[in-house]
Amino acid sequence: MTVPVQIDVEDTSAKPAPAVRPAGGKDRAFSPVNVFSHTVLIAWSVLVVVPFLWAVIASVKSTGEIFGDNPWALPKELLWDNYAKAWDKGVGDYLFNSLVVVAGGVFGTMLFGSMVAYVLARYEFPGNRFVYYLFAAGMMFPTFLAIVPLFFVVKGFGMVSTYQGLILVYIAYSLPFTVFFMHAFFRTLPTSIAEAALVDGASHAGTFFRVMLPMAKPGLISVGIFNVLGQFNQFVLPSFLSPERPVLSQGIATLLGSQRYENDWGTLFAALTIAMVPVIAVYLVFYRQVQAGLTGATLK
Amino acid sequence: MRHGSYRFVASFLAIPLALYAIFVISPFVQAFYYSLTDWTGISPDFKFVGFDNFRTLANDSVFRQALGHNLILLIGLPLATIFLALVFAYLLNVGGRANAAGVQGVRGNGFYKLAFFLPQVLSVPVIAVIWATVMTSTDSGLLNSVTKAIGLGTSEYLANPDIALYCVLWVLIWGSVGFYLVLFNAAMSGIPKDIFEAAIIDGATRLSTFFRITLPLLWDTIQTSWVYLAILALDAYALVAVMTAGPGGPDNSTTVMGLQIADNGFQYGRAGYASAMGVVLFFLTLIIAAVMLRATRRDRIEY
Repeated sequence: MTVPVQIDVEDTSAKPAPAVRPAGGKDRAFSPVNVFSHTVLIAWSVLVVVPFLWAVIASVKSTGEIFGDNPWALPKELLWDNYAKAWDKGVGDYLFNSLVVVAGGVFGTMLFGSMVAYVLARYEFPGNRFVYYLFAAGMMFPTFLAIVPLFFVVKGFGMVSTYQGLILVYIAYSLPFTVFFMHAFFRTLPTSIAEAALVDGASHAGTFFRVMLPMAKPGLISVGIFNVLGQFNQFVLPSFLSPERPVLSQGIATLLGSQRYENDWGTLFAALTIAMVPVIAVYLVFYRQVQAGLTGATLK
Repeated sequence: MRHGSYRFVASFLAIPLALYAIFVISPFVQAFYYSLTDWTGISPDFKFVGFDNFRTLANDSVFRQALGHNLILLIGLPLATIFLALVFAYLLNVGGRANAAGVQGVRGNGFYKLAFFLPQVLSVPVIAVIWATVMTSTDSGLLNSVTKAIGLGTSEYLANPDIALYCVLWVLIWGSVGFYLVLFNAAMSGIPKDIFEAAIIDGATRLSTFFRITLPLLWDTIQTSWVYLAILALDAYALVAVMTAGPGGPDNSTTVMGLQIADNGFQYGRAGYASAMGVVLFFLTLIIAAVMLRATRRDRIEY
């Protein structure tokens, strides 16, 4: 998983770019630089977008059309049946498993992550730095290092191929980034309001849930989107920890094998489209927050 | 700090710390312990074998192949990704019209970023399946139909052991460029305008402002990117596992360390041996991150 750092919800791209120009230049609508820029940028856009578009179109084609003489041809008729077949192959179940695990995983991650971040950011106690670095260290290494013992830990609890097993593991592996991110966020919030609430007799926990969490909403949204995408797209953890109850990304990988064997590619692309469309929809609606949340400003 | 706050701190930390200790820290620690045993992962009995696993590992030709492949990715992925992302970010920022107000970012700036970033939000299996079919080795494959039309002939891509690994590398680059473009673009927009204005008054060109101003001020971001891309290159498990034949084929030409860990730990009943591989991967990651941070260190420029 990509684990970039920090937050900057503000989108800096809207500002005009830095002015750089040889002195005395005239207004040229189509300078060579401009044409060159667009050519290069359009070429890469095509390279990125066309494979996805092709896959979506292939979801209503027959196998013969997908790998026919002209793989660019549009389908003669729209084979919606591919979607019905994909659903029967278990895509519906995989999608449901993914939604259950992501709902539980993200809820737990956000709750526990912001609780830890809050006490680390706002309370002094022995071991504060130690706990912080313990979580921060978890961001550096790929989950792969510990996958074999992790499987046996989960097996020891009897939680292989269960929702609760995946949810707990997702929470544990999402905590480092969430804690790091929310810690920085809580540090930027003013202390006076929380102090006023405590003076008025609110409990520490009450102050956190009723005062601080609502104030942290922008940070929660950014890191929340990050966690939704990260956990929905998680592949390594479920493929070892939940072989009997696959989530969607695992299901797609499994279907590649089975559909290749059956030589029924339209069904595979229908399944792929079902897996892509919700994510792309979320991305198109929230793309500023997604980009800001995922990249952030390592730049401060 | 008032009384009772320690109890509050403890109550907030207890559950998350327990989860983290059980599912993250303990497996990491156990991996080190198991790496010194001959545990199969199936039988509850195992014995302590010292550094035997590491000695075997040093002579394991498949593991050495896997290590070599990770090293190729380690060189290729950061270089190509950072180069392309920098070029695109630069074009986005100064590729536009030049007029009295200075040079502008290109039109459609938002659209390009939207499109380039897309692979980042989709899961690795989705991307792997799409590229595995785009790179179909027959003449009717999508990519082959393009290369044939423009006179480059056809290729077997993932079915050819000589280039299969580079196909995997390409997909990694293709998937990463958008993310780093957005990162660099935000960093470039964050550079104060007056620095550029001063350079313009001194008669600087677009290219020289890029090398003299933009690049040095982006150095911190580039350095961080390099480390993240290196970690990605040392992993690459998911893409290889879904995309390549076997997986890891043809003829082990695309196998990576992660795949060897999975095969030994879960298929061949050699959990102790797989843990030793994990330990090697751990130290390799640590060393490479430390070396890169040190080798690329420069005086930080504050602005």
